[in-house]
This record gives sequence, C-alpha cells and structure tokens, in this order.
Amino acid sequence: MAPQVELFLQQLLNGLTIGMVYALIALGYTMVYGVIQLINFAHGDVFMVGAYLALSVIWLFMSFLPGASFLVMLLAVFILSMLGAALLGGAIEKIAYKPLRHSPKLTALITSIGVSFFLQNAVMLLVGSREQGVPEVVPTTRFNLGAFSFSLIQLIIFATALSLMFFLTWFVKSTKLGKAMRASSENMDAALLMGISVNRVIRATFAIGSALAAVGGALFCMYYGSINFHDGYLAGLKAFTAAVFGGIGSIPGAMLGGILLGVFEALGAGYISSEWKDVFAFLLLGAVLLFKPSGILGENLPEKV
Amino acid sequence: MAPRAFNNFFAKHYKKHPFFLQVFLFLFPFVFFPLIDKNIYHIDLMTNVGIYVLLAMGLNVVVGFAGLLNLGYAAFFAIGAYTYALLNIHWGISFWIGLPLAGLLSMFFGLVIGIPSMRVRGDYLAITTLGFGEIIRIAFNNLDAWTGGPNGLLGIDRPAIGPWRFSVNPTPYFYLALFLVAVTAYLLFRMSDSKIGRALVAIREDELAASCMGIPTLKVKLYAFGLSSFIAGVAGALFASKQTIITPDSFDFVLSVLILAMVVLGGMGNIWGSALGALVLGVLPEVLRGFASYRMLIFGIIVILMMSFRPQGILGGQLIRRELNSRHKEAGDAAS
Repeated sequence: MAPQVELFLQQLLNGLTIGMVYALIALGYTMVYGVIQLINFAHGDVFMVGAYLALSVIWLFMSFLPGASFLVMLLAVFILSMLGAALLGGAIEKIAYKPLRHSPKLTALITSIGVSFFLQNAVMLLVGSREQGVPEVVPTTRFNLGAFSFSLIQLIIFATALSLMFFLTWFVKSTKLGKAMRASSENMDAALLMGISVNRVIRATFAIGSALAAVGGALFCMYYGSINFHDGYLAGLKAFTAAVFGGIGSIPGAMLGGILLGVFEALGAGYISSEWKDVFAFLLLGAVLLFKPSGILGENLPEKV
Repeated sequence: MAPRAFNNFFAKHYKKHPFFLQVFLFLFPFVFFPLIDKNIYHIDLMTNVGIYVLLAMGLNVVVGFAGLLNLGYAAFFAIGAYTYALLNIHWGISFWIGLPLAGLLSMFFGLVIGIPSMRVRGDYLAITTLGFGEIIRIAFNNLDAWTGGPNGLLGIDRPAIGPWRFSVNPTPYFYLALFLVAVTAYLLFRMSDSKIGRALVAIREDELAASCMGIPTLKVKLYAFGLSSFIAGVAGALFASKQTIITPDSFDFVLSVLILAMVVLGGMGNIWGSALGALVLGVLPEVLRGFASYRMLIFGIIVILMMSFRPQGILGGQLIRRELNSRHKEAGDAAS
C-alpha cells in the first residue's frame, strides 16, 4: 500500500476511535437536551469522574487481584464506573436541577456551570492536579491487515461503543422507560397527563447519559494512558459540538456527529497541524450554526413559542 | 432649617441627575482608599478589583440585561489586552489611543461571534462563546511570531500623562481604574434607562412579546453584545498596561466563570450588584488566604446555591426576582 494511503487510513482509524468516545459523551448531552432543553455543562465532568472511577477500579484490581484476566477486569471497570456515574448523574439532577425545573433556562444553565466547576475542583482536591497515569491493563497486541494495523484497545473501544449504541437505540425504542423518555421530550405536559412520572424519566435520562459518559471516560483513560481533572472540560465541549453537529436532541445524530467529529479532528491534526487540533472542533461548531443549525439529522423545528 | 434646605437641594439635583449623583455617592469614598490604607499590596489588590468591576459590569449587560449567556468573556478581555500590547510594541501607540482601539477591536469580534449564534437560538450563544474563548486562547498560544506564544508579550508601556509616566506604584492605576469604573457605571445607568435598555429588559422577559411590540430583537441583542465586548476590551488594555506582561494563561475559562459568578452573586441585571459581586469575589481570596485551594470549589457552590435559593443575587431587583423565581410559568415560556 502506498504510504499516503496508509497514513490516511491510520488517521481515519484514530479519528474513528476517538469519535466513538465523543459519541458516547454526546449521547448524554443530546438526551438531556431532548428532555429538558438544558445544555448540561457538567456532563463533560461526569465523563472525567467516570474515568477516575475506572482508574480506581483498575488500582483495586491491581492491588487485590493481580492475577485476574483483563476481560474480567474490564467488565468490572465498565460496570462499576457506570454505576458510580449513574448515581452521580442522578444526584446532580436531584440536588442542582430539580429545584429549577420551572425557572428560566438561563438559571439552569448557570447552575450547570457551577456543578461543572464544583466537580472539577472536588476531583482536583481529592487526587491532585497533575496528570494521573493509567496502568496498562489491556495487552498491547496489534492486529495486522496487510500494512494496516490496529490495536486491541481500539478494537475494544469499537466493540463497546457500538454495542452500547445499539443497546441504547433498542432501549429508547422498545422499553417502557424509553418510550416514556421519548414522550416526555415530545411534550412534557402531555406526558404528565398520560400518567408518566416525568421526574423519574428525567432522573433516568441523567443516569443513563452519565453511565454512557463513564464508559467513554473509562475507554478514554485506557486509550491515552492518562487522565487529568480538567480533561472533562475539553472532551465535554467537543462532545457537545458533536451533538449539535449531529442535530441536538437526536440520538442517532449524536452518534454520527461524534464519529464524524473524531474523524474530522484526526484528519485536521494529521494533515494541517496538530497544534491547532482543538480549534477544528470549534470552527466546525461555528460553521454548523451558520449554515445548518439543526445539524445533520436534527429536525428543523421552528422555535416553539 | 439647614437639613431641610439640604434635602431640597438634594432632591432637586437627584431628580435632575440621578445617575450622576448615585455614581458619585457610591464611588467617591473609594477616592480616599489609598490615602487611608497605604499598603501598596492592598492598593494593587483594589486596582485588580477595579478591573474585575469593569468586567462584571460589562458581562452584566449581556447576562443580566439581555438574558444571554457569554461564557467566553475572558476572550474579549484578552483581545483588548493583546490589541493594546501589540499596537504599543510594534507601533509605539500610546495607552490613551490604544484604550479605545482595544475596545473597538474587541467589539468587532463580539459582533462577528454574536451574529451567527444569536440568529439561531439564545442558548447556543453560550456554547459558541465558550468555543470562541478556547480558540482565542489557543491562537494566542500558537501564533508565536505575533504573540510570543506561551511566554506572552513583555515590555508593554505604562500610560503616560504628558512627560510623567505611571510606574510600578499601583496608586495611579487605582485612580485610573476608579475613573473608568465611574464612567462605565454612569454610561450603563444612562443606557439602562434609555430606549435600548428597556428594550433589552423586554427581550429578557419575553422575546416574542418584545418583537411583537416592534423591538428589533436581533439588533438590540447585538448592541448589548457589542457594548459588553467593548467594555471587556477597555478593561483588557488597562490590565495589559498595568501588568506590562501578558500571557495567554491569564485569560482562561476559569476567568470567564469567575466573572460570571460575580455577576450572579451581585444580582443579574443590577449594575451596583455586579460591582458588589466583583468586590466580594475579588477580595474574598485575600481574606480566605488559608483556603486558597478551596476557592474555586467555593465559587462553584456559591453559583449553585445562589441559583437555587436567591437567583436574583444579593442586590437583585423585584423585577428579575419575579422572573427568575416564577414557579408557574406559562407553558410557552418553558418551551421557548
């Protein structure tokens, strides 16, 4: 294979990998926005907390069960960080957002910034402000397809993210809670009149979104091998961009937007400049707002009055 | 009859120049601050508080009056600071000319950002400005040839009046900041009482109703955004001339949130509220020296608690309280 093609494919693969993580975070933004029209700034920090939870589980395994197979460990990492983040997400909703259910949007938006600040600094005070290394748990096996190669952790990211997306799609489409979610996002008052406990639905939305972000965090910290207390801010911002890009409020939109954003960013970093990598996402956000504010898969709803 | 005569005199003039007298009464006592407290360090702190007050008053125009959220306010501050610094270093432009130019360029960027994001939906503005703040910081970090990269720019001239140039002594800066705060406060009071100020409040309360009343909502919102960016740019130029060294690190997201916390704490939409918020949050870290590392955590908690229990802030007015507390809004309001 020509080296140019190889480079392109490698960048594409890197982009798809990080795009999967963005997509997992973006789902939480889009679900919460769909139900209560809130841009939940704290979501990126929930992702960061999820990564730290994953790191703690890894440490626990390393110290108490050093011989455990990495698949068992991985499963435990996912389940425990999902549970922890879901509890955190539910608690944030109950403490910070529920009292503001009928307040203007600006109030809740500012609160979410307060929550984000609180989470970041609480984590910083707990674990310190320096970059935390993540021990290597996944074997560094590489698979080769001709000249093109990918690592086991990339495979795991693809498998986990895609299966969670399929699961979420099924969940929202077919389960009772999923239907209640869709009904609440369509029209909250009507859903309430139909006997749906909207408060529970909202709390569940936060919990599910946070759990997905935690998986994203676990994958992120294992892929990059390190985590820092302010990583959530930038990742969250990019995931929000992905959600807007895909069409905010739309679940397939968030998945597509995340993956495309990852690819866009990786290609930009590979071919233009890696110093400006973080700028591409925001330029994309500006362009989307300018030319197609409803996003790729978003419904072109006029603003409700 | 002397008190009566005084009262009459006061009432007559207050009616005629209410804002002028208000600004004078609130800010005049600060003139004596450097005379009473001769500690250079305290004067320097109060000068920084003055810059915070400018920033909080400027952000208040957008967040408090217009009900829009700007999360990249530090970027406009940075643009002001770098504009003056670059003009001064490359062309030797003096502070007094650089100051309005910094404001104007910052305003220009404000409008460039404001037009696309306000056209769509109010809360997108929050995220666009946040992204813009990041872009500006990364750009200043990466454009080494212009901005010195992470090392920043140094050797920025201090302001000069005739042959006399400001020095390391913060006292002249303190008076300069006080003067700028007074002028800004006065102009903002005039603005808030004008057609545009009322249009802004009307938009914040109910945008649809406002536009039905014939208010050109997009234009008025852009006006507020431009004015707010202008004030940040002016504050940036003052900051650059005072520090004489600026680095991109001084203008991060934390600063944007800090200014927002000042506006929220003092009371959104209240000009003195913003000043009070800036004073409290500016001086607090000095008082709570021992809790330095908990400072940011405490800011987060303040913002959450304020929004839950007293969304109108310390000095919030009746109007904004009714609006922010309304538990039973019409269905339309929740959806818009």
